[in-house]
Amino acid sequence: MLIPCPWCGDREDIEFKYGGSAQVAYPADPAGVDDATWARFLFYRPNPKGGMAERWVHTAGCRRWFKLVRNTVTHEITPP
Amino acid sequence: MSRLASGARIDRTRPLSFTFNGAPYRGYAGDTLASALLANDVAVVANSVTYGRPRGIFSAGVEEPNALVQVGNETMLRATQVELVEGLEATGLNGRGRLQLDSPSPVAGSSIFPSAVAGSSISPSPSGGGQGGGPRYDKIYAHCEVLVIGGGRAGITASLAAAQTGDRVMLVDEQAELGGRLLGAGWNDWLAASIATLESAPDVRLLTRATAFGHYDQNLVLIAERLPSGGRLWQVRAKRVVIATGAHERPLIFANNDRPGIMLAGAAGTYCNRYGVAPGKRAVIFTNNDSTDAVVADLKRSGITVEAIVDVRAGEAIVDTLANKIPFPARGGRRGEGTADFPSPARGGRREGAADFPSPACGGGQGGGSLRGVVVAALTGDGPSREVECDLLCVSGGFNPTLHLFSQAQGRIRYDEGLACFVPDVAPANVEVIGAAAGDLGGRGQGTIMPYWVVPSDGQEWSNHFVDLERDVTVADVRRALGAGMRSVEHVKRFTTIGTGSDQGKTAGINETAIIAAQLGQPVGSVGVTTFRPPYVPVSFGLMAGRNRGELFDPIRVTAIQPWHVAQGAVFENVGQWKRPWYFPREGEDMDSAVLRECRAAREGVAVMDASTLGKIDIQGPDAAEFLNRMYTNAFDNLKVGSCRYGLMCKADGMVFDDGVVMHLERDRWLATTTTGGAAAVLDWMEEWLQTEWTDLKVRLTSVTDHWADVAVVGPRSRDVVRTLFPALDVSPESFPFMAIREGETAGIPVRLHRITFSGELAYELWTPSWYGLALWEAVMAAGESLGITPYGTESMHVLRAEKGYIICGQDTDGTVTPQDLGMNWIVSKKKTFVGQRSHRRSDPIRADRKHLVGLLPIEGDQLLPEGAQLVAEPEGAAATKMVGHVTSSYRSAALGRAFALAMLQSGRERLGSTVYAPLNGHVVAATVTEPTFYDKDNSRRDS
Repeated sequence: MLIPCPWCGDREDIEFKYGGSAQVAYPADPAGVDDATWARFLFYRPNPKGGMAERWVHTAGCRRWFKLVRNTVTHEITPP
Repeated sequence: MSRLASGARIDRTRPLSFTFNGAPYRGYAGDTLASALLANDVAVVANSVTYGRPRGIFSAGVEEPNALVQVGNETMLRATQVELVEGLEATGLNGRGRLQLDSPSPVAGSSIFPSAVAGSSISPSPSGGGQGGGPRYDKIYAHCEVLVIGGGRAGITASLAAAQTGDRVMLVDEQAELGGRLLGAGWNDWLAASIATLESAPDVRLLTRATAFGHYDQNLVLIAERLPSGGRLWQVRAKRVVIATGAHERPLIFANNDRPGIMLAGAAGTYCNRYGVAPGKRAVIFTNNDSTDAVVADLKRSGITVEAIVDVRAGEAIVDTLANKIPFPARGGRRGEGTADFPSPARGGRREGAADFPSPACGGGQGGGSLRGVVVAALTGDGPSREVECDLLCVSGGFNPTLHLFSQAQGRIRYDEGLACFVPDVAPANVEVIGAAAGDLGGRGQGTIMPYWVVPSDGQEWSNHFVDLERDVTVADVRRALGAGMRSVEHVKRFTTIGTGSDQGKTAGINETAIIAAQLGQPVGSVGVTTFRPPYVPVSFGLMAGRNRGELFDPIRVTAIQPWHVAQGAVFENVGQWKRPWYFPREGEDMDSAVLRECRAAREGVAVMDASTLGKIDIQGPDAAEFLNRMYTNAFDNLKVGSCRYGLMCKADGMVFDDGVVMHLERDRWLATTTTGGAAAVLDWMEEWLQTEWTDLKVRLTSVTDHWADVAVVGPRSRDVVRTLFPALDVSPESFPFMAIREGETAGIPVRLHRITFSGELAYELWTPSWYGLALWEAVMAAGESLGITPYGTESMHVLRAEKGYIICGQDTDGTVTPQDLGMNWIVSKKKTFVGQRSHRRSDPIRADRKHLVGLLPIEGDQLLPEGAQLVAEPEGAAATKMVGHVTSSYRSAALGRAFALAMLQSGRERLGSTVYAPLNGHVVAATVTEPTFYDKDNSRRDS
């Protein structure tokens, strides 16, 4: 799979680390949320068939974190 | 000899000698092993895998299911693809693979792996990954705008067009020369001119003997190139891929359709035209399409008599075949008469009997069991049948476009009723299919076709109708699968093993689909085909590994001090990619005694360790202190310049992730150390928060792990060594206290000194830029010589830290352990927020029965608990006794004079003083639960 790093351009996927869903926001005030809300942030992730907003980091390159949308069926990558 | 006197693309001026199953033969340059065997009238090349039936050469290419051979160490080669070279020694693969030979005659599986891999893959070779005398494999990466796969007419034409554009073009073909089916077919001038044009084009690369076997996302194509000495794995990333892989002819299925002498019609033509070999003397054609018209002409031109053309379109079919008798080997003769028909599934000849039949390897009856004639009857099943004598049966059931790579790349295919084959439907992005692969079968001359698959015959059980020749699977097996209730072609494949051989069912798969369709009364297209997966051809593990073997298996990281360790005979262990001294044995010492000696030196005198592998992250920026406050469970904003502090880090779920000492070097400059194995992960983790959540913080991070050498000088006499090295530095406890940082210089070496300890002793970590590392180490050794300074390795380091109850993240923790579980509440700040803090209030981390870090003292002090041992609370527990914990670290201690351990134990802090038990193989070790600190509990030695 080729992944488009915003700094470095298309690179092989082995240069990257997966950062999981880009649709799970860090609660603005962790101390203020109840256990269930916090658990949802920690443990629940979407698993769609089709487009999925994801975070990646170019860990073996420029170390830039970025988002993209990957089709989980075809691996087609589109901008977020 | 069946070699034609003239013509074809072989070089009759270059004769070659070779052996097959030990017997000598002659061929010519330009031959394949298969064509040379046919030229020498070798009809039987191997016995089939399950029934031991004799089999001959069936095809002229990659689709060959029968003629599997071994050459040297390489096995599972198709004779149709083995280029003939002088001195080639090949053996046919018979039956199933065996790991050990009881006779010198090589047979299937005598070498599962090429020796280059099997022999020496694990042990590092002193020559730095050299491959010795075995096959050599390598890898290469390439990029191009256009990759054309298949060097036949379509592929060459496409390459010529692409070359016009100035793009980088690669044309790959699996054969020894470009041309595909044009070779020997009267296209020599066009071929020569086209190849010359391509060769002279600036950015065109032609690869022959190179099989594209895997087509992955975004046009990554893996290509196996065969070289005389081994092979090369090409990993090509192409903007556009043009698939010109042609089509495979498929057979028709009838009773006893597997006899030597039965061959795909197109292959017979190829042997005549390209190799100048007459694959028989008297031929019968069995067809359902026009392509055999050309084959008939080829055969006649080659002096072969065509005895009959059986065309299902004319209402006739071959209902059975006849074979020559198989003579028994002279030494056997157990069945008296000396001849027998070959084993048949219908006669219960499964496997056990197979060994009784002569294998080509023992030279028993060349041609025994081969084709003697065919039985022809009307398709309708009534009317008389007739026998036609022949030694060659050319079969064509139509053509299957070669869509393996297309399908691997997620291209969709559909069944074309008119062509009676699957053709491309929807191509993936930037992939194009052309020529026969695209369903343009004009070049193959298919013309009109009457879809036809299996010839029934009277009263038989379908068990001599072979669908998959390599797997020995018959129509009866498919019917059995359907009878068992299977409907999906994928299920039938797995039940019958059709298509699971090394040929991946290239001549069997579509026939399987058609049989299922007929049995179920469904259209062929709705049954579909099984998923095409890489590799398209068998690929050796040696090719996959390339040079990544032995010392080159993975990058090796060494410190600046490594040469000294090697010279001193250190025993090394792998820590991630690092080679770290494990212990430094003296003459006659085993590991246990070396470690006890090293630990004693650290506790009683002075010892020294290379700690350069610690992860190091340079942290700069005005918000660095705030950043560290958020990352670590404890506070850093109150740490003065010139001081260090131990820090603990959690993931968002509150579990301990990593730890290390953080140094405050300048107002806006810090340096965080990490565990040796965790350096990259910690840097990623820090970057993640900076870049995705705390984008307002002005902080920059850089890995400086390799920039610094770190010499840890440890023990009550370490101060004397440091004083000797740095006479100008006041090293008194008052002016250089625990966790302080000082700058110094010794013998021209700049050094940053830290009073940090991972042993619990008075200790100094001396940092210097890496290129001074070895000089500093040697200076330390010289300064400590009179004190008996002792180098120690990671094992002693582990013992020393465990005696103090210092955890190792990843050994004592496993991602389910909170700081509170470790009894480290003292390091969890309540005055600031940090990553993971919220999770410490969740219901689970505050359960009373969580596992706590505790110490264990085996009641019999010399009993060493194995790390990982499970713990129970009852000495003679019933089978259902609940496990209450596990041992995480366990050593023999010189300081304690006994074995001890650390463990994670349920409600451990409430069990202090009680006894737990480790049931081991055959015995039980009892241990007393203690605090996890065994040595210098008041830290007086550390702070001295």
